[in-house]
Parts: sequence; structure tokens; C-alpha cells
Amino acid sequence: MSGTFVGMPAFPEAAHDAVNNRTLRGNLRHATHTIRAKRAKAVAEVSDWAALREAGKQIKDHTLRHLDRYLVQLEESVTAAGGTVHWAADADEANRIVTRLVKETGETEVVKVKSMATQEIALNEALEAEGIRAYETDLAELIVQLGKDRPSHILVPAIHRNRGEIRDIFRSEMGAWGRPAPEGLTDTPAELADAARLHLREKFLRAKVGVSGANFMVAETGTLVVVESEGNGRMCLTLPETLISVVGIEKIVPTWQDLEVFLQTLPRSSTAERMNPYTSTWTGTTDGDGPRTFHLVLLDNGRTDTLADEVGRQALRCIRCSACLNVCPVYERAGGHAYGSVYPGPIGAILSPQLRGTASEIDASLPYASSLCGACYEVCPVAIDIPEVLVHLRERIVEGGPVTREGAKVVLKPAKGHAAERAAMRGARWAFSHPGALRAGQRLASRTRRFHPRTLPGPGKAWSASRDLPEVPAEPFRDWWQRTHGGKDAK
Amino acid sequence: MRVALFLTCVNDTLYPDTGRAVLKLLTRLGVDVDFPMDQTCCGQAHYNTGYRHQAEPLARHFSDVFGEYEAIVTPSGSCGAMVRELYPRMGERARAEGRGDTLAKTLAPVVPKTYELTEFLVDVLGVTDVGAYYPHTVTYHPTCHGLRSLGLGDRPRRLLQAVKGLELRELPGADECCGFGGTFAVKNPDVSAAMGTDKVRSAESTGAEVLCAADNSCLMHIGGTMARLSTAMRPVHIAEILASTEEEPSA
Ligand code: SF4
Repeated sequence: MSGTFVGMPAFPEAAHDAVNNRTLRGNLRHATHTIRAKRAKAVAEVSDWAALREAGKQIKDHTLRHLDRYLVQLEESVTAAGGTVHWAADADEANRIVTRLVKETGETEVVKVKSMATQEIALNEALEAEGIRAYETDLAELIVQLGKDRPSHILVPAIHRNRGEIRDIFRSEMGAWGRPAPEGLTDTPAELADAARLHLREKFLRAKVGVSGANFMVAETGTLVVVESEGNGRMCLTLPETLISVVGIEKIVPTWQDLEVFLQTLPRSSTAERMNPYTSTWTGTTDGDGPRTFHLVLLDNGRTDTLADEVGRQALRCIRCSACLNVCPVYERAGGHAYGSVYPGPIGAILSPQLRGTASEIDASLPYASSLCGACYEVCPVAIDIPEVLVHLRERIVEGGPVTREGAKVVLKPAKGHAAERAAMRGARWAFSHPGALRAGQRLASRTRRFHPRTLPGPGKAWSASRDLPEVPAEPFRDWWQRTHGGKDAK
Repeated sequence: MRVALFLTCVNDTLYPDTGRAVLKLLTRLGVDVDFPMDQTCCGQAHYNTGYRHQAEPLARHFSDVFGEYEAIVTPSGSCGAMVRELYPRMGERARAEGRGDTLAKTLAPVVPKTYELTEFLVDVLGVTDVGAYYPHTVTYHPTCHGLRSLGLGDRPRRLLQAVKGLELRELPGADECCGFGGTFAVKNPDVSAAMGTDKVRSAESTGAEVLCAADNSCLMHIGGTMARLSTAMRPVHIAEILASTEEEPSA
């Protein structure tokens, strides 16, 4: 994945500031709670939601199981429709391909449809380095880009910003990128949207090259599907002469019929709408209508490695609806930036350490960025058991084990830094397998209870910094039972 | 019916009153309860922290100790979920790792027989009015594993509503996690504390005297936060409320 986040501190430190930032927490709480309630309503309207969820899961699993076959089919269909397919093993290769394709057009500007894949590979930065300017056209992405900020949500990248902050960004930054913000811009949503519309229109009409991702790719016809709310994506897809789409290989659905399921579950899960305002599909090129040249860059970037993991592969079912972010109590307090990736929240916590590996501090801490409350699993429209994958990745970190990296099987060593915990777990396991020892320990705790501190040293300090410890009782239950029901225990 | 009380290591060590309450309650309802002395821990802390292989012997031990009982009752949604939901998964994983069916077969007998206390009362004994008396205002926090893994639904609420003298107040944002999450509370202390504080604040907004839940681990976190925030409310395990009677009221 992108180099943008390399060197991020581990999640707990990264979350520390966000937890104490009242504006940020207020913005996030308000936004997530509003959408949470709306989603629940939109989902409750559908009588066969459980069946739709199961169908989505099945379609994705089937496709992933036969991904090799469907990718070849997709390549054939896209080629037959007049497009060109490129294969990119990692972010660098994808960036090189796109940069070359843009350069071949002779242009130095591109307009972009909001896309997670291009953010994942840090395409904008790569293009910038080659003298090509990429303009984001999604309203929230525009806010992030103008604010020299990082996205903090999959669907609403500027969710951490309130209206006042957005007005300030528009006022001070728009001019440097194109049409400046109108004089006296206020923070009413209508004025903000209007300012963005005028600013963007100029770019749409000028651009000769568009860059997009896709929500789905239909293998049988080579069709790419983009669903969106604002229509800016549709502008980018139809106005330029050249269109370059960067799409993760897991985005395939075999047939148009399969789409039907996701076009019901995606909008309800993400924006709590029955149907998203714009659904654009495009297949290759057509004379006199839309782009004359179409390139599809199929991106792996850790996906086949993820696919090789029996438990973890379910993360590839994700349709990026962001429902799991909106219900996550940890995301709500820590904010999206703490996850050190363009994929924040619960899905980010399982996807990033699989796509990027667990070598960096931030990636090794992500599987622990959850209380395993299960709210994410409950809302996921493709039933990704995120808690299960989190625990699986924790195991990979503390116990090591076999993984696939760049196509090769390797065995990870247990991560450093968990030695004390490992020893404690072993000790506890030993005591728990020897009831006599456990009992002795409990008695000791009871006898010494008068001397127990109210705050703890070492790792326990984190507990007692904000919570009081319970008092150890005078007698553990089993001793009481022995004393009062002594003879009854015989099995 | 031979019923075993699986108290859990946390309750055994730190909350023996909950164990005594379960015993009193079930005995009052005519159940003959045994406490197998060799019981230790279900292995949940190990499993959820990533030490699945260390959790396996604990799960096997659990099966050895409890396998012969007709029902296993535990006053912890979380440990109940460990046995019911995660033991089968441990068996599957062992199989996937080429270690055969042994683990799955060893663990299988205890899985369907393990009940969280409120499930046992409502589903197995078929009672919602357990003859309890508890003259206090109470708000109920459904803990995550009880709510989502076991699907306890409205069972605890129905039991509480039938308690004489008890006034139940709805907890705003009840289904939001309190932020305990086992080792999460230690590994992510800031986020955990923020979640705990929010939970305590919404509990306070009900004006109830008592916050009740079916899991002492969550109550330990919530109670510890309450103490730190000098909240007047008390955390109480649901078993202690259901065990309370006019003759022998619990605080
Ligand atoms: S994991 Fe599920 S809920 Fe989260 S973004 Fe992906 S599809 Fe949506």
C-alpha cells in the first residue's frame, strides 16, 4: 500500500490526541450517530435483508474462489469492447502505468472520480512527482485535498471537518487550485456546495483525462460500475477523451444479475438511501460518446496474498460501504487518521495488516484497535466477521505462523514486544490447567488484599489511570464452596 | 437434572457474591447445582488476545470437567459465548491445520449444554418471574457478547421487569460497547476510558440507582469508571438482583 503512512505510530498513540480533541470527537459523534440511525431505518424497510446479505456474501465468495477465471473473462470482455487492460502487482507498478498513460496523452492535468484504490496507491502524489496535477472532484475529497489533509472515512473522507472548518478551507485554498471561493462565503451547506460546483465545473470542462476506480466490474460484459451521490463521477466518466480506471482485482462480479444484490445493499448500508442518486456503468469505448480511449489497470497490491489466507480472505468481500465505521465505538473516539491508512475503522483494522503485512508499528497494532464488540459484523452487508479476523491477526502477531507474501509462502516469527504478555498468558494457562495452583494464587491474593495498591505498575497502569480496581474479596468462591458444601463435590 | 455452575475465573476470584447469588437463585427454583472444584478458565482471554494454541488445553480441561453434566450454567455472557461460539471454531481451525477431529470431538459435548444464566432461566426452566424482590431503580446494560454473540435478546429485561419493587429505566445507547473488551482496556487505555465514561454518563442520565449487567468483567470496568467519576450509581450483577428476596434482600 501507499508509502504515505509509513512511520505512523501505533494505534494507541495515534488515537490519544483524537480522544482528547473535543471538536473532532463532537464532529465524529454527530456524523456517525446520524447515519447510524438512518441506516438502521433503511435496512429495516427491506423484508429480506438477511437473505440479501447472505446472497452478497455467497456471490463474493464464489467470485473470489474462481478469481483467476473471472479475471481472464473480464480482460477478454474489456478488450473486446475496445478497452486496454493492464496488470499491476503493486502500488509502484500501478502508478508507473497510470503516469505513463497520462504522459502519452500529452496532458498535465487529470480529473478524478473518488476512488479508494487510487488513494491506496497514493496516485496523486506519484502523478505530482511527474508534474501531473490530479484534481479530486468528489466534494469531500476536494475538501481533503484543498486542506492538505488526509481522508478519515471511506465514504465521507472529510467527516472529521465541520462546516465552519470547510468554509475556511474553501476561502483560503480554492484560489490556488482554480476558481476561488466567492466573496463572503458563509458556512451554509447550500453556499458551500455551490462554491464547490463552480470551482469543479471549470475543471470538468477543461480536462482531457479522467481517472477513476470502480465499485464493481462485471466480468461477462467488461462493464465498470460507479455508484455515487453527487454526479461528479459521471462528469469525469463522460467528458474526458481518455479514461483510466484503477480497480482492485476483488471488485469483480460475474454477471449483471449479481449486481442487483449489491445495488440494494450498498446504498442502504452506506448513505442509508434506497437507491444512490447516480449509478454509472460503462463498457469499453463508443464512437462519438464518452472517452475514446479506455484503460483498465487491475491492481493486486497484496490482494492475492490476502486471498491465500483462509480466515482473513473474507476481508476481500468488502464493498466499501463504510457501515462498519459508522457503528464502531473505537472509530468514533479515535478518528480515522489513527488507523494510518486510507482504510480506517474496523475494515481498515483487518485489511491494512493483510495488504501491507504486520511489520510496521501501526500495522501490528491495528488488530488490537477493537473491543471485539461485534457491532461491525452485525451491520456488514456482506457478513464479514471482522472480530474473527481481528483475533486471527492477533494470533499471527503474537504466535507467528504461515502467511503468503508476494506470492511466496513464508512463516512469520512471533512479533517482538509481546514477551511479557506471552509469559503472562503462559503462566495463566499453567495455573488454569492446574486447579491447585490457581487456588493457591487466589488465596494469596485474598490474604494480601489489605496491601493491594489502588493503582498498578507496568502494563496495569493503563487500567488504573482511569478506573478503580475492584477489591479482592476475603475468600474466593471455591474456598467458600469447599467450606460450606465440602462433601457435595464428588462427581 | 445435573446442573453445573461454571462461575468463570473472574467471578471466582473477584466476585464470589455473584456465585453465591446464582446458587441461591437456582436452588430456590428447585435446581440441584454442583460446583465442580476442578474448573478454571474457559480460555477466552487467551483466545481473544491471539493465543489460540494456549487456549486449547483450557478448553479441553473445561470439557473434561463439565462434559458429564446435563447443563452448564454461567453468569457471564462473554464466557458463555466463548464456549458456544468459539469452541466449535477452535475445533474447525485445528482440523484446517491438519490436526484431525480430536479437538472438535472433545469440545463438542459441552457446546450445546452451556447456557448463560438468563437463557437458562427463560429457555430451560421456562420462568421469567423468579420470585425476586428488589426495591430499587435499575438500568440494564446488555453486554456485547451477550447481545450479539449469544443473542440474549429481551430475556434479561423480561426477568428484571418481573422483579417485585424494581423499576426498570431504559439506558440510552444501550447497545454501545462499554469499552472493556478484555485486554483492549489495557492496550488502548484512552479509547477504552472514553467509551467507559460515555457509558457511565448515559447511565447517569437515567437517574437509576443501579446499573445492572450479566457480566462482571464489563461491570468491573464500568464500576471502576463510576468510582473514578464519583458517580452515585452502583454496578450490580443481574444474578444478585434475581436472587434477592423480601426475606433475604441483597443490597
Ligand atoms: S467491511 Fe462490511 S460494513 Fe465495513 S465497509 Fe466493508 S462491506 Fe461495509
